[in-house]
Amino acid sequence: METYYDPEDLLKFEEIGKDAPELAQKFFEYYGQVFAEGDLTAREKSLIALAVAHTIQCPYCIDAYTKGCLEKGSNLSEMTEALHVATAIRGGASLVHGIQMRNIVEKMSM
Amino acid sequence: MEKQNLRQMGPGVPDFEQTLENHGLFLERGETHTCQVNLGLLCNQVCKHCHLSAGPDRKELMDLDTIFQVVEFTQKTGCKVVDITGGAPEMNPHLPVLIDKMAGLEKVLMLRSNLSALYDANDPGLLDLLVKHQVTIVSSLPSLNLSQTDAQRGQGVFEKSIMALKLLNDRGYGKEGTGLVLDLVSNPTGAFMPTDQIIAEKRFRQVLREKWGIVFSHLFTFANMPLGRFEAWLKKKGTYTRYLQSLWKGFNPCTVEGLMCRNLISISWDGYLYDCDFNQAAALPMANLRTHIQDVTKIDLHHQKIACGNHCYACTAGSGFT
Repeated sequence: METYYDPEDLLKFEEIGKDAPELAQKFFEYYGQVFAEGDLTAREKSLIALAVAHTIQCPYCIDAYTKGCLEKGSNLSEMTEALHVATAIRGGASLVHGIQMRNIVEKMSM
Repeated sequence: MEKQNLRQMGPGVPDFEQTLENHGLFLERGETHTCQVNLGLLCNQVCKHCHLSAGPDRKELMDLDTIFQVVEFTQKTGCKVVDITGGAPEMNPHLPVLIDKMAGLEKVLMLRSNLSALYDANDPGLLDLLVKHQVTIVSSLPSLNLSQTDAQRGQGVFEKSIMALKLLNDRGYGKEGTGLVLDLVSNPTGAFMPTDQIIAEKRFRQVLREKWGIVFSHLFTFANMPLGRFEAWLKKKGTYTRYLQSLWKGFNPCTVEGLMCRNLISISWDGYLYDCDFNQAAALPMANLRTHIQDVTKIDLHHQKIACGNHCYACTAGSGFT
């Protein structure tokens, strides 16, 4: 079945630079530096990226950072916990808006 | 037949020797300073990444006659280092004989241990012997995580490995000033590339010390070899081609000069010569000629071409296998 997403497209990512090479070069340099060892380790950054990938539901990013996390020495428990952090924030963001709901109800109700 | 398999690589993976040629490289032997002796394919574990498909059902073990031939052979070659491997070398009853003989010849000795075999052997005499001759122990610990380690090496292996490391630390292994070297080897627990060695060593050192009070000398990270049981596992999972492509894409020409096969000679459990332990699994004998150690009269290996297959990409990916 034809779909919009093809795993092979991930390998072609750098082709995005063909028609705007300077912007692409700047982006990929920045990207590389973001994920280098810093005050946060490359392993920790990959776990953050994995959690964000699930939040934005990007299949390319999930593919890349699942593999990336394993290659940086993380295990499935740690990766699952990272996902729960994203889930908690995402769920919490919905739930905290319940205060708006409550404020409106309070204004409108006797 | 296994040679044929090596030629049937996945699409888009060029022949290893062609890749070398494209980089102006040629893989030949340098000075041979290490003899790697495989004591047999018998092992207490059935690791999913084992290139030799070692396990409890394997009957192949080096006999005493061959061990004496190996001792004589190392004298002929002038090897300074003897690297003992398997299977689980602890399960060959002639291991102490080999260690004693080689130590008498002032060889530097290394023993590759899966840790659980050392723990299961429960043999203080063997530990005394290892300490006495300052045998370096190179032990397998793929991950700091129980699930990952047991998934690769079998249920209960992680806990036994930790207990074995504690036992070795109690004997002085891995501790500064003792001269007893305890190295760890971490192979990926699946079809992915190994962690950067420096970063992994730092993390293993911190976590092993904090959680279990364990110390060690060095940690090495190596890619899994697409041969034997690991090759079968990759094919079963449908990831064989993708894995080979990852190895090929990770080809680092700078690794070639430092590859272990340039300075090592590998002897199989039945006394035949190979350029490395992986070529045993690939049935690629040294110089593509099956030669037994007792038939060797003159050793002049310098500049001899090393037998290659596409599994060699696993040794040249990233920082390489030295």
